[in-house]
Amino acid sequence: MPDGQDAKIHPRPASAGAEGANAAAGASSPAVEFRNIDIAYGKFVAVRDFSLSIRKGSFVTLLGPSGCGKTTILRSIAGLVDISAGQIMIGGRRVDDVPIYKRNIGLVFQSYALFPHKTVFDNVAFGLKYRNVAKPEIKRKVGQALEMVRLPGSEKKLPSQLSGGQQQRIALARAIVFEPQVLLLDEPLSALDANMREEMRVEIKKIQKETGITAIFVTHDQEEALSMSDRIVVMNAGSAEQVGTPEEVYERPATAFVADFLGKANMLAGTVSRSDRPTTVKLASGQAVNVLAPRPLPQGSAVTVVVRPQKLAVGAKASANRLPGRVVSASYLGSSAIYEVDIGGKTNIRANAPIDGRVLREGEAIELSFDADDCVLLDEAGRRIS
Amino acid sequence: MNNRWTLYDPRLAWMLVAPVLLLLIFFLVLPIAVMAAYTFFTFVTAGVETSALTTANWQEFFTDSYYSGFLLKTLRVGAITALLCGVLGYFPAYFIWATSFRHKWLLLLLLIVPFWISFTIRTFSWINILGEQGVINVALLKMGIINAPLPMLYNEGAVILGLLHFLLPYMILNVYVSLEGIDRTLISAARSMGCTSAQAFREVTLPLSLPGLAAGLLLCFVLAAGSYVTPQLLGSGRDALFGNLIYDTIMSELNWPMGATLSIVLFLVLGFFAAIYTRYMGMSQIVKGLAG
Repeated sequence: MPDGQDAKIHPRPASAGAEGANAAAGASSPAVEFRNIDIAYGKFVAVRDFSLSIRKGSFVTLLGPSGCGKTTILRSIAGLVDISAGQIMIGGRRVDDVPIYKRNIGLVFQSYALFPHKTVFDNVAFGLKYRNVAKPEIKRKVGQALEMVRLPGSEKKLPSQLSGGQQQRIALARAIVFEPQVLLLDEPLSALDANMREEMRVEIKKIQKETGITAIFVTHDQEEALSMSDRIVVMNAGSAEQVGTPEEVYERPATAFVADFLGKANMLAGTVSRSDRPTTVKLASGQAVNVLAPRPLPQGSAVTVVVRPQKLAVGAKASANRLPGRVVSASYLGSSAIYEVDIGGKTNIRANAPIDGRVLREGEAIELSFDADDCVLLDEAGRRIS
Repeated sequence: MNNRWTLYDPRLAWMLVAPVLLLLIFFLVLPIAVMAAYTFFTFVTAGVETSALTTANWQEFFTDSYYSGFLLKTLRVGAITALLCGVLGYFPAYFIWATSFRHKWLLLLLLIVPFWISFTIRTFSWINILGEQGVINVALLKMGIINAPLPMLYNEGAVILGLLHFLLPYMILNVYVSLEGIDRTLISAARSMGCTSAQAFREVTLPLSLPGLAAGLLLCFVLAAGSYVTPQLLGSGRDALFGNLIYDTIMSELNWPMGATLSIVLFLVLGFFAAIYTRYMGMSQIVKGLAG
C-alpha cells in the first residue's frame, strides 16, 4: 500500500503478522486503528468486520445514511459502546479494556452537551480539572481555547445565554483544551442553521489544521464530508463501502451505493455490445454509448454506466456520447439549471449544466452529451470495474 | 364587526375555564373566606358562637404557648419526614432512571400500586406489623429473643414511618421526572473528559436533579405537616400534629372560631413555605413533578 495515505481500508488479514508489519512500515503508528471490529446490540449487528487506519493529524469523515453504523463506530473509539470482536488501537495502544475516562478523547456532540449549570469557564476547564492541571495553567489554557474558537471573554456566561453556534464553539473548545489524542465530532453541525453550518465548517477545519489534532467526523451530509475531509469513509449497513479522498469517492465511486449517496449520480443500465477500446454499451433506454473500460469486457455482460449530473452537457459535442430526450422538469439555479430528462425506456436522468442562452422548458426536446472518460462502469454486483 | 367565534377566541377560553373557576371559587376560596371570617367570631360555649367580632381567638393563639409548641412540633415532624423521604427516595428514583431493564413502566407502575389501596387502610396495616400482636413482636416473642412485646406503635417514630410510607412515591416520582429531563449525552461528555461514573454523578446528575429533589421535599413537607389520619392512627395523644389539634378543637370542644383560627394559621404557614420555595425554585418544577 502506498505510504502517505491518511486512511486505508484493510482486507481481513491473512495473519496477524502481516498487520503488524503493515503498522510498523509507517513513519509512526496510526492515531486510530480499527482491526476487524464487530459491534452488536443484542442480535442486531450494527458494525461488521470494520477495519480502518487513521493517520495522525488527518481529518477523516465517516459518511453514510442514518443507521449505517457511523456513530456507533465513533462511540466505540470513545468507549461509549463496547465492541464485540476485533481491536481498537489509539496511538498504537489497545484500548478495548481502557475505560472511557482514561482514553483521552475529545468529544463534540450534535446536541452540544454543554453542562447547563456550569459557566463557560467551568465547562471548558472541566477536562483540565480532571487532569490535575494547576489553577493558573487552567485559566491560561481556557483563555487560549476560547480565543481559538473566537469567543474570548465569555468565561462567565452560562450556556443558555449563548446561541447554538456559540454553544457549539464552546463545546469544541472544551473538547480540544486538554489536547486529546483524537477529536471525535458526532454530527456537530446538524443542529445549526444553514448559514452557521457553513461558517462552522470552515472554523472546525481551521482549528483542526492549527492544532494538528487527529479528527474523526461523523455526518450524513455529503457536502460537509467533501468540503472538510482529507479522507472519507463511505459507510452502508455497518461496513465501509469505500475509503478515499473526497475526489476519489466522488469521481470514482467504488460501488453503486457510493455513486448514489454522493451527489445523486445517474445510473444507466446496459449491456456491452462491443468490447474493443472504446467499449460500446447498449443502454436499456436504447442509445449506444462509448465508454473507457479499464479492462476488456466480454460482450453481452451487464454493466451500469454512472454519470454525474455535472458531467452531462446540454447540446451536442463532437465525439461525445449523445442522449436525446425531452425535458420533464427544469429548475433554475441562477448560474446553472437542473434538468430532469426522459431519454426513453422509462429512464429519467438528471443534468446540472451551466446556462447557455435560455433555460429549456418542460416538454422541450433536449440533447445531453458526455465524454467516454466522464463516466464510471459498475459490474452486475454494483462494484466498480477496475 | 366580526362576531364569529374562532378557536382562539378569548371568550371561548373563559368559557372553558369557567367550570373549574366556579368550582374553585365556591368550594375553595369561599369556604376559606368563611373560615377567615369565623376566626373573628365570639365563642360562647361548646357549639355556640355569636357573630360579635373579636380578636380573642388570635390573642389566645399568640399568647398560649400550647399552640405555638404544637405548630413547631408539626413543622419539625414535617421537616424530618421530608428529609427522610429525600434520602430514601433518591435511590429508587435513580435506579429506575438508570436501569437498562426493558420494562421501566412496570417499575413506575409499582410506585402507583399503593394508591390503589385506600390510604387509611394502608395506614392501618402498620398496626398489624408494629402492634403488640403484630408480625414483628409475635415473631420475636416466638423466637424467644424478647420476653415482652416492644412498644413500636403509638409514638412519633411510628407516625413518621406511616408518613414515609404515604409520601415516598411522591418523592420518587419528583426526582425521577427531573432525572429523566437530564440529557444523557452530558454524562457521556463528562465521562469522556475524565470523570469516573461517581464523579460524573457528582458533577452532572446530582446538581441537575436537585430541582426535582427540592420539589419533592416541599411536597412531602407540606403533606406531612398537614397530615391528620396518620398521627391519629399511629400516634398517641402526645404525637398529635396540628391537623389533629384542629380536629379536636372543632369536633370535641365544638369551638368553631378557635378551630377556624388554627386552620387559617396552618394554611398561612404552609402557604408561606410553599411561596418562599416557589420563589427560589420556580413553580414550573413543582408542577412538572406533580404531573410526572
